[in-house]
Amino acid sequence: MVDYPYQGKGITGLLELMPHYEPHDLKIFYKSMLRIRLIEEAIADRYHEDHMKSPIHLCIGQEAISVGSCYPLRQKDKVFCGHRTHGPYLAKGGNLNAMLSELHCRQNGCAASRGGSMHLIDKAVGMEGSSAIVAGIIPIATGAALAAKQQKDDRIIVVYIGDAAVEEGVSWESLNFAKLKNLPILYICENNYYSVCSPINYRQPAGIEIIKKAEAFGLKSYAVDGTNVLAMHQATEEALTFIKQGHGPAFIEAHAYRWRGHHGAKEDTHLGYRDKNELAAWKNVDPLSMLETVLIDSEFLNTREKEQMTDEITQEIDAGFTHALNSPFPTENDLLTHVYSEDMDALG
Amino acid sequence: MLWDEKLVQQNASLVPCETQGRSISYVQALHEALSYKMETDKSVFLLGQGVDDPGAMFGVTKGFKELYGDLRVFDTPVSEEGMTGICNGAAMSGMRPVYFHNRPDFLLLAFNQIVNHGSKIHWMDNGKNHVPLVIWSAIGRGWGSGPQHSQAIQGLLLGVPGIKIIMPSTPYDAKGLMISAIEDNNPVLIFEHRWLMRREGVVPKEPYKIPIGKGILRQTGSDCTIVGTSHAIDLAWTAAKQLKQERGIQADVIDLRTLKPLDENIILESVAKTGKLLIVDTGWTTGGVLAEIGCLIAEKGFSFLKKPIKRIGLPDCPSPAGNVLENFYYPNQETMKQAIQDLIK
Repeated sequence: MVDYPYQGKGITGLLELMPHYEPHDLKIFYKSMLRIRLIEEAIADRYHEDHMKSPIHLCIGQEAISVGSCYPLRQKDKVFCGHRTHGPYLAKGGNLNAMLSELHCRQNGCAASRGGSMHLIDKAVGMEGSSAIVAGIIPIATGAALAAKQQKDDRIIVVYIGDAAVEEGVSWESLNFAKLKNLPILYICENNYYSVCSPINYRQPAGIEIIKKAEAFGLKSYAVDGTNVLAMHQATEEALTFIKQGHGPAFIEAHAYRWRGHHGAKEDTHLGYRDKNELAAWKNVDPLSMLETVLIDSEFLNTREKEQMTDEITQEIDAGFTHALNSPFPTENDLLTHVYSEDMDALG
Repeated sequence: MLWDEKLVQQNASLVPCETQGRSISYVQALHEALSYKMETDKSVFLLGQGVDDPGAMFGVTKGFKELYGDLRVFDTPVSEEGMTGICNGAAMSGMRPVYFHNRPDFLLLAFNQIVNHGSKIHWMDNGKNHVPLVIWSAIGRGWGSGPQHSQAIQGLLLGVPGIKIIMPSTPYDAKGLMISAIEDNNPVLIFEHRWLMRREGVVPKEPYKIPIGKGILRQTGSDCTIVGTSHAIDLAWTAAKQLKQERGIQADVIDLRTLKPLDENIILESVAKTGKLLIVDTGWTTGGVLAEIGCLIAEKGFSFLKKPIKRIGLPDCPSPAGNVLENFYYPNQETMKQAIQDLIK
């Protein structure tokens, strides 16, 4: 049984938007999504080896959301996210070695093994941080947008949240304030219909869309097919233009499907909270294969290029795992550093 | 004058710590600290429900919006958790928010952002982000404030790594510690006490800092040690001064000024000398400040003790609204005097 059917246009949706894009950009979209997919699969494949002693929340099936929305961002634009960090972290340009070291609990992980998979951070590229408390990052990102406005800087803040985040009151406190002050922030809600194993219809009244609620708070809102990287890109560009013009915050609700379990490496339809046919239906609209199909059909990409990309990424991944596995573990002395920020000059 | 106003006024007229120099009120002292930081550091901003209303946080934030504009001084939606998170995010992005609340009770709505986020962000990302945030509130008591408007919640936060907790008792300390708090790169909670807000005291005009985590001896003596912060140590010190006059009792009176990080040395050195300890706090007796300091002595100063320690805090029940019940609930000078006399018997 399919409780949450795909409602987008599939390949047709991609074909409609293709004429607006240069082959160069299309290939970058494809390669970025392929890279995230292969990294996630490599993590999943090796998870049973038990070197990654960190819970993982894979984003397979949701790659188009991160890639399409991060592409138009500048380095100075800042990204925050919830616990499902891998997609936004990688799409914003986060360092793969530091991420894999973090998953392997190493000293040179991006959070030095203090945060794990749910707390990836790479400030050098504007991946500012994440929270493992549902919706906890929403006001923090909103505060970053307040700071941008106070500092009269034109950077824009993007925050990735899940569909359950809007069930927390603090989401609406944040949206209310963002609109009150017309802050430069884009909220991207990845609606994958499940929070851990709880379907959205157990948590939110049927027929009341999340974007309608955001609209009611005065945010410019967009519903997007989250399997369509071009639609995601287009909506983000529109939202960013709107924000840059000083009109205040915007909100994107992107529909996609989480292929694997809430956490862990494997598929989980055997648990019974969702049907294997539902997963199969969404696999038919795989964001990566759909894009690959249209790119190959239109001859913007050939199989040789695709293989080259795959090889290049696989080598990068292998090198990343080797790096992580050969990296030192933290020492006992590391535990008590940074409890307080002692560096009085850190902020100038 | 309302009965409650009389009490606050009566408390304000007690003898100040210093008698030489320019004397201003507690509120003015805080106002001066904020003036200095607002003028010299553009990253500082003030927010909170009512910072720009006629009350202006007891007058602490009066006039700042007119001077610095509404991007740096603004009233907030009544969204304590959201606004605390917004402060965390702004602080991570180079700003230095000072978030005002009339009462600490409202911070209980913001524990997710204080405890789950602000306190640990710097540690969690291995020092990459900093959260230079000040959260200010004033403990209620009196005027029928009752169970949800007069709680002293410092004990609930004492065990949370990464935050600092300041509880001044004099205008001099209030100014110096506010400047230190704003310049600190960590979340700092300042718990004032409503009964101290009209206290006058000697305060230098120029800006100065008081180190966070350092207590001070208000008077010295070898008969016993009395330790605490804020209104509680103020009350205990008054009691100690009376006993000195009436009975010649000589007590070390330590105003810790900061609860976290705790100035352990000043307590241990004093107890090593006196062997007798009275701990006072404005919060509940169970599991909080009193328990922690008591435990410190049990662990590191057990051999100094000549008698069991004494604690004076609040009974294990919510704070009442009515003034008759309040009189049973809160310790007073007599309670303090009795405890000191029992201790040195």
